[in-house]
Amino acid sequence: MTAPHLLVHAHNDNVGVVVVEGLTAGTDMLCVITEDNSDFHAVANQDVPIGHKIALADMAVGDTVIKYGQDIGRVVAAIRKGDHVHTHNLKTKRW
Amino acid sequence: MDLSKKTVWAFRRDNGRVGVRNYVAILPLDDISNAACEAVAAHIQGTIALPHAYGRLQFGEDLELHFRTMIGTGANANVAACIVIGIEGGWTQKVVDGIAETGKPVAGFSIEGNGDIATVAAASRKAKEFVHWASEKVREECPLTDIWIAAKCGESDTTTGLASCPTVGNMYDKLVPLGLYGCFGETSELTGAEHLAAARAVSPEISAKFMKTWSAYQNDVIEAHKTSDLSDSQPTKGNIAGGLTTIEEKALGNLEKIGKSVKFIDVLEPAEAPGRGAGLYFMDTSSAAAECCTLQAAAGYVMHIFPTGQGNVIGNPIMPVIKVTGNPKTVRLMSEHIDVDVSGVVRRELTIDQAGDSLIDMIVRTANGRSTAAEALGHREFVMTKLYRSA
Repeated sequence: MTAPHLLVHAHNDNVGVVVVEGLTAGTDMLCVITEDNSDFHAVANQDVPIGHKIALADMAVGDTVIKYGQDIGRVVAAIRKGDHVHTHNLKTKRW
Repeated sequence: MDLSKKTVWAFRRDNGRVGVRNYVAILPLDDISNAACEAVAAHIQGTIALPHAYGRLQFGEDLELHFRTMIGTGANANVAACIVIGIEGGWTQKVVDGIAETGKPVAGFSIEGNGDIATVAAASRKAKEFVHWASEKVREECPLTDIWIAAKCGESDTTTGLASCPTVGNMYDKLVPLGLYGCFGETSELTGAEHLAAARAVSPEISAKFMKTWSAYQNDVIEAHKTSDLSDSQPTKGNIAGGLTTIEEKALGNLEKIGKSVKFIDVLEPAEAPGRGAGLYFMDTSSAAAECCTLQAAAGYVMHIFPTGQGNVIGNPIMPVIKVTGNPKTVRLMSEHIDVDVSGVVRRELTIDQAGDSLIDMIVRTANGRSTAAEALGHREFVMTKLYRSA
């Protein structure tokens, strides 16, 4: 199997994780959903470091980000599909 | 491989417990006895001093935890024999008596009225005797599942939840049903996954006990002491650099360490020895690596599996800490710290099942005597957990 660029834990996740170093904007990413090894393609909008997340859908402020099929926080700045998702647009609902 | 027949070569102690190392520990009761302990360890080869920061004017639950940690450390099956040195004789004897219940050689020395030099001379003479005795102990064949194995992750990133933590979980799913004692902790770091953790308790009673412990930490520690929303501490700067954004995301990755099927059978106080037989236990611990490892070793765990993403370098003086990473960049930049490379998981070259088997193979090799990366690099972080200010 070709090594994927992005891994996604669950089908209903709206973010995936970059698992290659040096991913650049415009890359047509091979994305694999780990729970069943199914795959799809998506385009990265920015250069994103290994381990960081990329959005799989457009999200508005107040939306919930889903990873592992679970709530990992709320959107605090609008996100487009393919965008880098991190502390600039996602925040905990705890603490 | 038939794991139920898997054996390791280890040290069976008089109380039946199995150790994978054979230390003569020089244990200070208190901070001001560190110098004497370090002098003995410098003098008598084959001993190890365990300096730490506390032990004076503690009281109540905090003092109980101090004694539990001291006694548990000396009682750990990786310790063949133990010298305890304290400023005064009363509390020193309490620790000696606690360790002596294991049947292992233990002796206490106190400094008041003697001074460091005479104390070090007397303790060195006894430590030398213990070294001769311990060095004649031979490893014997023991079931793999007699090795108590704890886990905690650190400098986590998103690869931890994809690869290294599921690898540990796979190991627990395979070995706990065969009779392994396991342990996970990190109370604060389950925030966001506490509902999933609670659902992995063996019964409604233990589930409620877990939620009570988790809620108490939220209310008594975080809500009482926080000055911001903790976003600068949990996740850590290292976690954030590695791509983790929120505590919920970190917690969900953390919880992958307990696998898919195994249930935890009790909730332990910090450093409390498991009391319900073989199985997986949750321990109420800090998420700081050295504190958590020190508590787990004091509870009797003789080996530790440490999944890391960004490359935490933690070790423990008496318990080998096996590092597992699934981050190819960390493998590239920090290979000297990594014992088990499971970065093949994120390239989809390695399944979690295969990664779990490779971890079990490294557990066997480490139990048989292979030095871990942390041991070879001299990592001996021994950090007591303190519950509140001393009197």
